[in-house]
Amino acid sequence: MIFEVFRQERKGQSFQHAGSVEAPNKDFGDWYAREQYGRRGESVALWVVPRESVHEIDEFVDELEKNYHRVDGYPLKEKLKEARERAGTTATRDR
Amino acid sequence: MSAQEQAFLEYVQGGGQVETSDWMPAEYRARLIKFIEMHGNSELMGVLPEREWILRAPTLQRKLALTAKVQDEVGHAQLIYRVVEDLGKPRAACLQDLIDGKSKFHNVFHYPTKSWGDVGVIAWLVDAAAIISQKALLKCSYAPYARIMKKICWEESFHILHGRDVILTMMNGTDEQRTLVQEALDRWWGPLMQFHGNPIAQGDDPSFSWRIKSQSNDEARQQFLDGYVPQIWELGLTVPDPKLRKDEEADRWEYSEPDWAELKHVVTGNGPRTKGRLQLRRTSRAETDWVRRALLAEAA
Repeated sequence: MIFEVFRQERKGQSFQHAGSVEAPNKDFGDWYAREQYGRRGESVALWVVPRESVHEIDEFVDELEKNYHRVDGYPLKEKLKEARERAGTTATRDR
Repeated sequence: MSAQEQAFLEYVQGGGQVETSDWMPAEYRARLIKFIEMHGNSELMGVLPEREWILRAPTLQRKLALTAKVQDEVGHAQLIYRVVEDLGKPRAACLQDLIDGKSKFHNVFHYPTKSWGDVGVIAWLVDAAAIISQKALLKCSYAPYARIMKKICWEESFHILHGRDVILTMMNGTDEQRTLVQEALDRWWGPLMQFHGNPIAQGDDPSFSWRIKSQSNDEARQQFLDGYVPQIWELGLTVPDPKLRKDEEADRWEYSEPDWAELKHVVTGNGPRTKGRLQLRRTSRAETDWVRRALLAEAA
């Protein structure tokens, strides 16, 4: 079996993927994960997850172009320029 | 090369990274497997010269440190073989090819360790040479390999610390101890200079074109000399190469041409300890077979 291992470096931090181990069963998976990713005090906790339990999603289709969720939905630069021209002010600094 | 392959090549050459589940050209996959498997083999075979000294370590502390280093290196082999497995070649097949002499491992692990001085020189300078190649792999186009390299480099830097400590202790000891270090350096210098491989033009090196590695062999060697020759000299040790000197103007080290014929001869299975060490692997694999079978039976 292959187990994906996630490790937390310090309390409060997010768990990050560390790598994977191959083991005949869950107990050995735990032990290999400890040896590979916790032996030198580099982790305070590990998540050991059977690979088949991990579902990857890597397509994010935006059919409705919901750009109000994204930074590119707010083109301030052009509008600010226009507003300044209207008000007859000049930028003291670039905001 | 198809348009898709061409696009992939441009992607990796532009610094793009590839994940296991991504499409990749068959040649890229084959190159990766060969390159990474050789690295895994080297980690695994690399513990054998040091293993020979666990029972002869001079103090309990050294014995523990050396055992820990051996454990680290075997752990690296496990991690690296995992990457190869995900690319399609099972670990059992890698081990079988290794003991059948069908795949290679690094030149330095084909040599004997004659004294405790060799153990220090290996941990200090062989690991230093290795970490230079491994650090360059942090930028490998194949992301899973680059990621585990971070952990590996971190542990290798412990080994250099251990090696330097062994060497400094001996250099601060008796004349006899200093002689052991000098003799070990004399023995290892040739293989160390061969370690990064003969200079190949980057355009002719497929590992470079696919951006599996991002550093030329000669660059790696220059970096090694730059980092470590001053450290060797400051201890009063002599590097056994009368031509070795730094051309400050060109910012390059000059040295006698390493013995490329020896390198080729050794890595193709003819090193002084190649056969003995592969035999040890074969024996230990056969002797531990029942453990694997028992575990798999229990897990089933």
